[in-house]
Amino acid sequence: MTLCAESLAKIDREIAKYPADQKQSAVMSALRIAQQEKGWLASDTIQFVADYLGMPRIAAYEVATFYNMYDTQQRGKHKLVICTNLPCRVTWQQDVGEYLKKKLEINYGETTEDGKFTLIEGECMGACGDAPVMIVNNHRMCSFMTPEKIDQLLAELE
Amino acid sequence: MSEKVILNTLDHPEPGTLANYERVGGYQALKKILAENMSSEAIIAEVKTSGLRGRGGAGFPTGLKWSFLPRHFAGDKYIVCNSDEGEPGTYKDRDILRYNPHSVIEGMIIAGYTLGAQRGYNYIHGEIWDRYEHFEHALDEARAAGYLGQQILGSSFSFELHAHHGFGAYICGEETALLESLEGKKGQPRFKPPFPASFGLYGRPTVINNTETFANIPYIVRNGGQKFLELGKPNNGGTKIFSVTGQVNKPGNFEIPLGTPFPALLEMAGGMRDGRTMKACIPGGSSVPVLPADIMMTCTMDYDSLAKAGSMLGAGSVIILDDTVCMVRALERLSYFYFEESCGQCTPCREGSGWLYRVVHRILQGQGRHEDLELLIDVSKNISGRTICALGDAAATPVLSFIKHYRHEFEHHIEHKRPIDGCH
Repeated sequence: MTLCAESLAKIDREIAKYPADQKQSAVMSALRIAQQEKGWLASDTIQFVADYLGMPRIAAYEVATFYNMYDTQQRGKHKLVICTNLPCRVTWQQDVGEYLKKKLEINYGETTEDGKFTLIEGECMGACGDAPVMIVNNHRMCSFMTPEKIDQLLAELE
Repeated sequence: MSEKVILNTLDHPEPGTLANYERVGGYQALKKILAENMSSEAIIAEVKTSGLRGRGGAGFPTGLKWSFLPRHFAGDKYIVCNSDEGEPGTYKDRDILRYNPHSVIEGMIIAGYTLGAQRGYNYIHGEIWDRYEHFEHALDEARAAGYLGQQILGSSFSFELHAHHGFGAYICGEETALLESLEGKKGQPRFKPPFPASFGLYGRPTVINNTETFANIPYIVRNGGQKFLELGKPNNGGTKIFSVTGQVNKPGNFEIPLGTPFPALLEMAGGMRDGRTMKACIPGGSSVPVLPADIMMTCTMDYDSLAKAGSMLGAGSVIILDDTVCMVRALERLSYFYFEESCGQCTPCREGSGWLYRVVHRILQGQGRHEDLELLIDVSKNISGRTICALGDAAATPVLSFIKHYRHEFEHHIEHKRPIDGCH
C-alpha cells in the first residue's frame, strides 16, 4: 500500500507548514488527500499515513474516526451530504431531501444499488444562508438547491 | 448607509483580491505600525479603546485577551484564527474569507507584531474547501507583495501564516479543541486553566481569535480605537456582521452598527416570507436562548441588549421562525445536533445530550409522558456547568429556553400526540 507521487507531493506541502518537529499537524490534510485518491480510508491507508508522518498508527486512526468527513467504510462513488439542520430546513422552500431520496430510491445513510451514490443527512456546514446546501465528495459545495438543479447535478456526476 | 469595516470590498467584481483590498485602504495599518515603530502597548491600548469584543460567540474583550500574553517569553508564540464556523445559523466567516480575506491576514500580521509571534495559522472548517483554496491564494498574494514572510516591508519583523483545513467537527470551534486539532489530534477540549495565553499551540503562548475579530483590527489601527467604538455603542464598539436565516424573504449577511434595532435588521432581510407572522428568534446561533417575537422586536442588536432580554448575541447568527414552525420539531433537530457533535469526553454531555434528544424525539413521535418536561429540565441542569467546555451548556440551553417560552406546545404534543394547530 502506498500513495501516488502526486498525493505524496501534496502531503509534503502540508508538512512544510508546521514546525519540523510537529509533522503530526499535517495528519488531517494527509488523510484527506489519501481519501481523495483511494475513495475511502481503509486501515492500511491510515497506517501508511501514520508511518509517513512518524506518528502512532492508533493516533491517526483516532483522527480518521473522529472527524465526520472521513469515510472509514467504503461508500458509493459519489457522496452527497445534505444539511437538514434547523436554519437550513426552515429556509428551504421545497423539501429537497425527500426529492433526493425518491429520485435515488434510497434513504439517508444508504447507497444506490449501482454503487454510484451515497446519500447522507449532514450537520451544519456553515452556509445556512445558501440553503438548501449540499456537499458533493467533500470538496464541492452546492448552494440554493432545487429539484431542477439536483437533476442537473446527478446527470453531471458520472 | 452606515460605514462598513469588513464588507467594504463588495462594490468590485473581484472583491477578495489584494488589489481591491489595497484600494479600500488595505495594509495601510501594517505600513503605519512598521513606519512609526509603534509599540505593543500602544496597539493594545487602541484595541482596548475600540471596545472590540470577540466575534466568535463569547464576546470577550479582545484587547484584554491580547494583554494576557506574556510579553517577555523567550520562545515561540503563535497567532491562531478560528474559522471553524459550524453552529446552526452561522455563515459570516465564510463570506469574510470570500470577500475580504486580506483583512483577516492583515489583522493576524498585526497581532503577530503586537504580541511578538512569528507564526500563525488560520483553521478553516472542512465544509468550505473553495474558501480554503481562496485563502491560500490570498496568502500567496500577500507573500508576493512582501506583507508576509521574512523582514516584512524591509523591517526587522518577520511573520509566516498558513491555512489549516478541518474535516467536519463542530467541537473544533471551541478554542482548545481547535488547538488539539491543529496539533493533529482528536478535537477534544482541554482543561482550563491553563489558558491558551500561557499554554496554547504546541504548549506555547497563543492568541486565538475569531475570523471577524481579526478582520476588524486593521480598521482600528488605521483609524484609532475611538472611531471604531463610535461606530457602535459604549461597551459594544464597532459594526457586526449578522447572518440572517429562516423564514425571511432575503436571508443573508448584513454588516450593521452594534445597537441597530432588530426590526431594522428584519427589514434588511426582506421581512417575513409569505407575509407570515414571526413566532420566535434565536438571535446568536443555535446555542443561545430562543426569544419570542414580542421580546425580540424590542431588542437592539448588541451584546448588552440581548443579554438583558435573556439571550446572547453569540456569533450574530439570527434564526427567524414563523408561526408555522412546531417548536417541538425545531428543538428535536437542534438536540440531535448536539448529541451528534458531543466529543464524548465528559459523561454529562456525552450521555446527557443523547438523553435530551431521545426524550424530545419521543414527544415528537407522540410517545411523550407527562413527566418528560420536568425530566428534560432536570437533565439539562445536570449537564450545565459540569463539563470541560461549553458544548454541554449549548446542548442544555435550547431545551431550557424552548420549554420556558413554548411549554404549551410541548404539553399539547404530549396530550394530543400532534403539534398545535397550524404548525408542522
